[in-house]
Amino acid sequence: MQHNNMFNYKNYRYFKWAVLVILVAFAAYLWFEPAVGHYGGSWLGYGLGTISAMMVFWMAWYGVRKRRYRSSGSTQGWLSAHIYLGTALTVLVTLHTGFRFGLNIHTFAYAMLLIVVVSGFFGNYAYMIYPRLMTENMGEDSLDGLLLRIAETDKLARQIALVMPDEINFTVDRACRETYIGTRLLEQLRGYQEDCPTEKAVKKLTVMGNELAPEQRKLYRELYSIMVRRQTLVKRVRQELMYRARLGIWLYFHVPFAIALITAMLVHIIAVFLYW
Amino acid sequence: MKKTENKAKSKAPEHFNLIIIGAGPSGLSAAVRAAEHEMSYVLLEAELAPASTVRSYLRGKFVMAEPRGLPLRSPLPFTASLREKVLETWENAIEAHHLNIRYGAKVVDIKRLDIGLEITLAEGAKLTADHVVLAIGVQGNLRKLEIPGGDLPQIQYQLDDPQAYQDETIVVIGGGDSAVENALALTGRNQIIILNRAEDFSNCKESNINQLMDARKRGALDWLLETRPKLIETNSKGEFPITVFASTPNGVERIPCHRVIARLGALPARPQLEAFGVAFPTPDPAALPSLSSEYESSVPGLYIIGALAGYPLIKQGINQGYEVIEYILGNPVEPADTALLREKFASFCSDRGVDDVLQKIKKSVPLLAMLNTLQLRELVLESNILQPAAGDIIFARNDYSSTFFFIVEGELDVLIDADEKPDATLKAGQFFGEMALVSGRRRPGTVVARTPCVLIETPRRTMQKLINSVPSMRRVLNEVAIKSAVQICIGLSLSEEDLNDLAQHAVLKSYAAGEELFHEGDEADGLYLIQSGSVTVSHMLGGREVVLFYVAAGHYVGEMSLVSGDPRYATVRAAVATDAVMIDAARMRDIIARSPEIRSELDARYLKHLQDQEKRQQVESTLQAGGVTAESATPSSLISFLIQQGVGEATDVLLIDESLCVRCNHCEDACAETHGGATRLDRDTGPIYANIRVPTSCRHCEHPHCMKDCPPDAIHRAPHGEVYIDDSCIGCGNCQQNCPYDVIQMAVIQDQPERSLWQMLLGIQPKVTPKADGAKVAVKCDMCKDIPEGPVCVRACPVGAALRVNPEALLSYAGGTASEIVLQDNVAHKD
Repeated sequence: MQHNNMFNYKNYRYFKWAVLVILVAFAAYLWFEPAVGHYGGSWLGYGLGTISAMMVFWMAWYGVRKRRYRSSGSTQGWLSAHIYLGTALTVLVTLHTGFRFGLNIHTFAYAMLLIVVVSGFFGNYAYMIYPRLMTENMGEDSLDGLLLRIAETDKLARQIALVMPDEINFTVDRACRETYIGTRLLEQLRGYQEDCPTEKAVKKLTVMGNELAPEQRKLYRELYSIMVRRQTLVKRVRQELMYRARLGIWLYFHVPFAIALITAMLVHIIAVFLYW
Repeated sequence: MKKTENKAKSKAPEHFNLIIIGAGPSGLSAAVRAAEHEMSYVLLEAELAPASTVRSYLRGKFVMAEPRGLPLRSPLPFTASLREKVLETWENAIEAHHLNIRYGAKVVDIKRLDIGLEITLAEGAKLTADHVVLAIGVQGNLRKLEIPGGDLPQIQYQLDDPQAYQDETIVVIGGGDSAVENALALTGRNQIIILNRAEDFSNCKESNINQLMDARKRGALDWLLETRPKLIETNSKGEFPITVFASTPNGVERIPCHRVIARLGALPARPQLEAFGVAFPTPDPAALPSLSSEYESSVPGLYIIGALAGYPLIKQGINQGYEVIEYILGNPVEPADTALLREKFASFCSDRGVDDVLQKIKKSVPLLAMLNTLQLRELVLESNILQPAAGDIIFARNDYSSTFFFIVEGELDVLIDADEKPDATLKAGQFFGEMALVSGRRRPGTVVARTPCVLIETPRRTMQKLINSVPSMRRVLNEVAIKSAVQICIGLSLSEEDLNDLAQHAVLKSYAAGEELFHEGDEADGLYLIQSGSVTVSHMLGGREVVLFYVAAGHYVGEMSLVSGDPRYATVRAAVATDAVMIDAARMRDIIARSPEIRSELDARYLKHLQDQEKRQQVESTLQAGGVTAESATPSSLISFLIQQGVGEATDVLLIDESLCVRCNHCEDACAETHGGATRLDRDTGPIYANIRVPTSCRHCEHPHCMKDCPPDAIHRAPHGEVYIDDSCIGCGNCQQNCPYDVIQMAVIQDQPERSLWQMLLGIQPKVTPKADGAKVAVKCDMCKDIPEGPVCVRACPVGAALRVNPEALLSYAGGTASEIVLQDNVAHKD
């Protein structure tokens, strides 16, 4: 099944645009050597700066555009342009600086831009990698469905464990009570629980079976398979949550830093004009 | 009690000018009209409340006011509404007109006297009248269980309120619609067992059968077929008060239960009417009594109206109640629809009377001459009279419209292929648009008026109703359908003679989804023209069945063996319910021998098929190794998967490429925001194969299941194929139940607030206070037909994972190069 993703949208239309923008910017940079040398205050610098500032606002507008469902055109095109032109923006802004950096608001705004763009790159990476992995992990199941099935195994396992020796009962009960599934962000991003009680219970059960009376063996085998199923289910849920977290986490940098960028950029512009 | 008896014995029978028997809609209507004329009358009702048939409907049932075009002329009010509302308005009318009703007055005999009629009631009293109107309907004599224990208090013959029963085991006896509807209404909260003496539920409406199957799959009910109850006993102890003993094909079954609901239908009214002296035209037990045009039976002074007279619809009965009183008083009335018909005919033959015009239509259109006057009037009422000028286009090729046209006057040209030359001419008396009745696809050709014309444009639904009730009409249309199938599939090169010959000997065959038309290795029996539905062509390859092609309606299969004479090379299976026309092999070979054009066309197709198959087998065998990831999914396995998901009957499907989808849910949010807050797709559910998900979302089926049973007729197909629900939805939920893909839901529609820039930038949901008085209506995808740039779900997807495709494009998409050739070829054929 072949169709366009956000990179090759309309046969790389915005990639071509981005390349064109970069080429034009470089050409201008090399062609015109302002008398004052390359820096933001030259007329070329102002030009590049004005274009860049407009592009920053346009980039930010994407956040609004993608939720304006009544607007015309396709969001996919906007995203494709957002990615390529956003990348081109770093080149434009770098040329705007004339490679003069310092410890000031101007360079701070530049740093913000780089953070935003780099977090965007991570977003691209996440969008390319995780959807496929998520589908492989979940198949047609939904998160709620899996959680329900875990609850079911809990019920079954506890019922059977009641007629088992105390040690087994205790292990199973603990596994059911103390297994956590991604409660904190870090845990979610990592995708596993250290010393997962369910995992430990399965390991323990493997050994404990040997001490059972023959009439308990059949039930034991059933319990064992239930716990193994529980382990797989828990693992899949954790994976799902991990993927979701990783798929979303970059936005928690991208968007706040973009707002910081716009603020810093406005301060930078005001400062430039105030201290003319 | 004694007093009345004495009175009856001592005095002469009470006399009225008019006695109306039965306080159903017809009887009530007659009584209200009689009251308005201040006649001396009495209305006798056997039960203790009026309208017992309507009362026996399930609580909350929507009572329809069909035929829609017919105006109500009686002072008794009636509009389509809930059962309770209808009953309430009638009770109000009884009070407002101070109707003279006697409840519990069961009539056992009607005798003709020298002057007038004498009526005997069950309690022995006698009444006399000059005129008697019999309006007792056909539900009056409910069939009872005539077995030991059939009169126990736990046995009931109707179900008023299904909510009244909780956690009971209930045996429902009967296999008709009322039994099934009762059983379904009780599921969920009770354990239900249906006893059906027949071997299936084939007498039921399709929607009921589907719901029944679903309910059984869910375990909500069960049934025993070919089973009759023999005996019902009370239990002195235990949980269950009674036990039903039923004889099944496997012996006697004991069913302990709380309650029995028997819906055994009604006794035929004929013997009773014959006892009153009413004559019938034929010995057929289902025949209707002979009546004059003023509803008078063969017994002078005895009038019969309503369902008993053969008019089962409430509105018809109510109008007859009004008319019969006018007839009795000697006032001439024209039928209720005459004024409407006159309006319809306003621009056409306005100088003539309505009956005259109807006669003229009958005379000029032979197909309409097959209808009786009542049917013709109903057809015209629901149709449009069109008067196109020369050169007007009636419909264009590839339009999605589903009406049927009769030509009363004038001539029209049909253009089937791309050139501007007419391929056929239609003349007065003929009809066109019949393909829309079967296939539900786009119009195969354009029809243009050559001279000024008069056309009757009839909706598909009306035509189908008529086809089902008029066998001669069905025969004619079937023959025409076969002819057009032949023309469309094979081309127009056949001579009229050959065409007629083929049509006469062709066989119409219907296949359920999954059924085989023929099997690989069979002897060739003929050529199959796919009239509606679609089929898959598959072939055994390395011990595995591989789907080679998908063939849609308007094309044919089975030509390979006809050309080569070898056994069938592939198995052809219906992808969805499919109708096909089979042309016998010998006859086809005969035609091939005589017509070089058809021969060369079939040969060309044969060679192309061979090529495609060869290429396809190569693709399949290289791809066969490995699991089903996107890369290794063979085209055929993806086609099989999509066919299984019902894509074969779709006209437009939403797919999500899960390898691109970033789960941002913008598709659903966009849908909800532009459609009153209720999303019509569920991104998260639905089967996946090779990273392609078919989400729970409308496919806009060729024959929409949802359209089958919509009381207000609120579901339509727009010209571009979108199936949508309009504002007249009453929230009955039929479509939701009929949709096999679960894509219709019931929701409250409300306007969505505009979001601020800040909310949009950060994705904050605005607060929506739910509408307090919001009624739930059915909502489904309308393919954003009112939004200029098309489906928002696709346009809102930032990564291009959501896509909408029509199945032919889709299957070629999935199928890669080889099938692309075939499908492009198919499309080329179509155009």
